[in-house]
Amino acid sequence: MTKLKSWKELPCGAILTDTKAVLENKTGTWRTMRPVLDKTKCINCLVCWIYCPDAAIKIKDGKVVEIDLDYCKGCGICVEVCPPKVKAIKMVKEEK
Amino acid sequence: MIVAKTGNEAMAYAMKQINPDVVAAYPITPSTEIVQIFSSYVADGLVDTEYVAVESEHSAMSACIGAAAAGARAMTATASQGLALMHEMLFIASGLRLPIVMCVASRSLSSPLNIHCDHSDSVASRDSGWIQIFCENSQEGYDSVIQAVKIAESCYLPVIVAIDGFILSHCMDRIEVLDDDQVQKFVGKLKPNYSLLDVDNPITVSPACLPDSYFEHKRAQAQGMIEALPVIEKVIADFAQKFGRNYPVLEGYRTDDAEAVVLAMGSTVGTARIAVDNLRREGKQVGMVKLRVFRPLVHQRIKDFLGKFKVVGVLDRVESVNSYVSPLTNEIRSALYPAGQIQNCHKPLVPSYVYGLGGREITPEDIMNVLDELLTMAKTGKMKDEVTYVGVRE
Repeated sequence: MTKLKSWKELPCGAILTDTKAVLENKTGTWRTMRPVLDKTKCINCLVCWIYCPDAAIKIKDGKVVEIDLDYCKGCGICVEVCPPKVKAIKMVKEEK
Repeated sequence: MIVAKTGNEAMAYAMKQINPDVVAAYPITPSTEIVQIFSSYVADGLVDTEYVAVESEHSAMSACIGAAAAGARAMTATASQGLALMHEMLFIASGLRLPIVMCVASRSLSSPLNIHCDHSDSVASRDSGWIQIFCENSQEGYDSVIQAVKIAESCYLPVIVAIDGFILSHCMDRIEVLDDDQVQKFVGKLKPNYSLLDVDNPITVSPACLPDSYFEHKRAQAQGMIEALPVIEKVIADFAQKFGRNYPVLEGYRTDDAEAVVLAMGSTVGTARIAVDNLRREGKQVGMVKLRVFRPLVHQRIKDFLGKFKVVGVLDRVESVNSYVSPLTNEIRSALYPAGQIQNCHKPLVPSYVYGLGGREITPEDIMNVLDELLTMAKTGKMKDEVTYVGVRE
């Protein structure tokens, strides 16, 4: 286990500049609703990528590749911010 | 330039000269005019500010937090219930170490409903991690807003600048304003350490910190407040040197040979100066101490300066209803507790005088009566009452 830092070593305002903590903490198990992306409708505006509070929206070369469910806690913000004329993402219930 | 302005107008004018990137605000008496006037500057194209008209003070502070985290210079204004509604977000602003500056026109808290001055709003936010500056007059309010930007951005802490609601906010006064470029030069350019919108350098803002790390972050935040005092004093000294107006964090008025002193914050400081002058003419050895910076508590200054007096009456424009003595008295007493260990220091008697709640007028005569009572205590060495309510009908 790594040694925990003293208060003097922590970043001002608890701002984390590396993405390690985000990638290490997989929050996908919290989910009760799952976003489903319809790539044929997606216009790659990347608004969902900006708004996603975690690292669930995977992009490559300026395009949405997939929604990484390891990091999706099912908050549904991506669905809300997807432009109304596009509606490329919908939430579905997680079932066994 | 010398102009006639109310406290609100003066603060709005200071904001115009600062030209912040973002102002997000919701109107509330008696601070409404500050953002109302500022919004007209925006509408007239006199500032470059993005003005966000929000649906509540909670949202106003949230928008300022978002803007500041994006690297913008963000300001707002509020009072009373508005500050109370922001309460949750105040802690987030300070915890994130965001240099937001907020003008407050001090007003009582409901219930019963009252729109007039006391310090219940800011004082109730005393543990929210904001620097708090209480101004004696509107000139000081104007100057303090300009200083506050520099202070906030130098120590990464948010700052409240409070003027007394109506007494200062709505009273026309003679104000010496600086030139726009003097203000711009003094506040300088904001140099944010990061920006939430910088997609090439992603950051996590307000991460979850569990029992293994939250404590360390709070300890670091406390250190930020400790280290703020020298920065505040440097900005004050710099301002005084450049513009000739000096506002120490704590200062005495005719205290050199004083047997008894009152301590006050806000506009009552001016009233107390008159009371002291009146009694001095009668040959009574009385003085006044002005506390300008309430947060961080300048405990060492309080100890060094007040420790030499036999009695210090604390004029407190707030009643915390569930404490031993009123809030400011508590602070002064806690700072003075170790005073007996310093050479030539007493532990002064520190009675509490609660006054002026909900805008109840305080006159020089009221304060002269308090000072007379304090002189008797200085002679006898005995406290009369721990808490006195000045001007309440029995």
